[in-house]
Amino acid sequence: MTAFVNATRIFFLGGIMSYRALFNWLSPWILIPSFLVGPIAQILLFAFLGRSAGVASDEFFVVGNALQYAAIPCLFAMGNTIGDERQEKTLGIILSTPAPRVPLFLGRAIPVIANGFLVALFSLVVGGAIFSIDVPGSAYFPIAVVTLVASFSCTGLGLVCAALSLRVRETAVLANVIFGVLLVFCGVNVPLDSLPEWMQSVSPWLPLTHGIAAARRLADGATFSSVTGDLFREAGVGALYVLIGMAMLSYFEWESRRRATLEVF
Amino acid sequence: MSAAPAASIPRVLAVGWWFHLKMLSRSAFNGILQILWPLFFATIAFFLYGIDGDDRTLLYASIGASVMGVWSAVSTSGSGAVQRERWQGTLELLVAAPVPLASVLLPVTTAMATVGLYSMVTTLLWGRLLFGIDVSIEHPWLFAFSVPATVLAIGMLGFLLSVTVVRYRSAWALGNAFELPVWLVSGFLVPISILPDWVRPISWVLAPTWGVRAIRESALGGHPLPDLLLCLLLGTVYLLVGVFAAESILRSARRNASLSLS
Repeated sequence: MTAFVNATRIFFLGGIMSYRALFNWLSPWILIPSFLVGPIAQILLFAFLGRSAGVASDEFFVVGNALQYAAIPCLFAMGNTIGDERQEKTLGIILSTPAPRVPLFLGRAIPVIANGFLVALFSLVVGGAIFSIDVPGSAYFPIAVVTLVASFSCTGLGLVCAALSLRVRETAVLANVIFGVLLVFCGVNVPLDSLPEWMQSVSPWLPLTHGIAAARRLADGATFSSVTGDLFREAGVGALYVLIGMAMLSYFEWESRRRATLEVF
Repeated sequence: MSAAPAASIPRVLAVGWWFHLKMLSRSAFNGILQILWPLFFATIAFFLYGIDGDDRTLLYASIGASVMGVWSAVSTSGSGAVQRERWQGTLELLVAAPVPLASVLLPVTTAMATVGLYSMVTTLLWGRLLFGIDVSIEHPWLFAFSVPATVLAIGMLGFLLSVTVVRYRSAWALGNAFELPVWLVSGFLVPISILPDWVRPISWVLAPTWGVRAIRESALGGHPLPDLLLCLLLGTVYLLVGVFAAESILRSARRNASLSLS
């Protein structure tokens, strides 16, 4: 029982403390340009690009880019909450404790998922208002659920990014590159059937692809039950990345102990 | 401390530019990102324009996309240029140098814009090799002049940005937020004519708008000279305003003893 209570405390309190202490974007001077201005600028850029190219509707670009922008907090914040521990030389102290690793690392993901969810939701609402997107009222809640699942899924990839931060120095660069890959491969702006076949075969294995497809169908009036397949696939991809991320964290922790490289940059 | 003769300023600019260019070229990770980041956006533009577009539309997009990297290199890094010197504790040394502060800062942002040339070349090659976009240049001499003029003007815009946001603690975030809007408003990927009317005056006061137009006109065949002159004129205005702002901010920092505070 005590072990369970400790694990729960580490999961929730540890996660919140880590987010507040280490996610160094928690300032309105950074949050507003990064999380509020950034996604709207991206939506505007691609919606006008779509208009200029005569491809797809404004709704296509608003939904795609709003959900995809959840990747900024999900990749960067998740990477920072572990990578910054290493930079600040506190990771060694944490890893020397007997705290179970699963709640220790997964607890850090919960505030990040909430952050990604709120950024995507804000982008959907403001982007939708700018382009006067007509979404049925019955789709609001299902779209919010899809957005939450997509944020979870993307945070799974963020965990992989965080694990790599035990090995590489430039986690921000890595997160930027992954963000760009998601932008191109997940059908955010280019319809999936317009991508080359090899890219289409990669897309289903990336977070956001199924979530964006589900959100678009909901915005077009589809029922929630008709998109549950996409929703489960999105959650499955997220769970897969969480498992990969945890395995990588475990391996890199073991290896950094063996080679004494935890704080070597 | 006596001021240096005016003749030494060109040397400070040239040496500073070369010095910063070498420093910026040191980080392989940053260099890769500088090249890759605009490529993601260019790839999407090529796919979208390629669905129904003709070769000329793709060439239009390719040239615009190639300039995106120059602005990207300046917007984030340039806006935090002064802040970075402050964090590293070198701002006081730069301020104490016997030359105007502007002549020390200007090479930083022009070097950043120059690094963006890597991205420009890569984007054109990317379009050529993967999307078959053939870049044929109608006026090679004007093209050869338009590219450095645009790079220089973007460097000046970065310089102006760096001195105007000096009091803003997280200037890099502000620079990040400017990256995509300038791509959009300057017509790098999208014709300005499809943007709302109220956006156009903003486009007109941005040198990249005229720079990319000059490059396009040189490549596609047209009259790039007026665009080129406007680009250079705006660059000069940014320079003058930036010099004035730098001196004014410096006076304020000296008066309030706030140079190293952020």
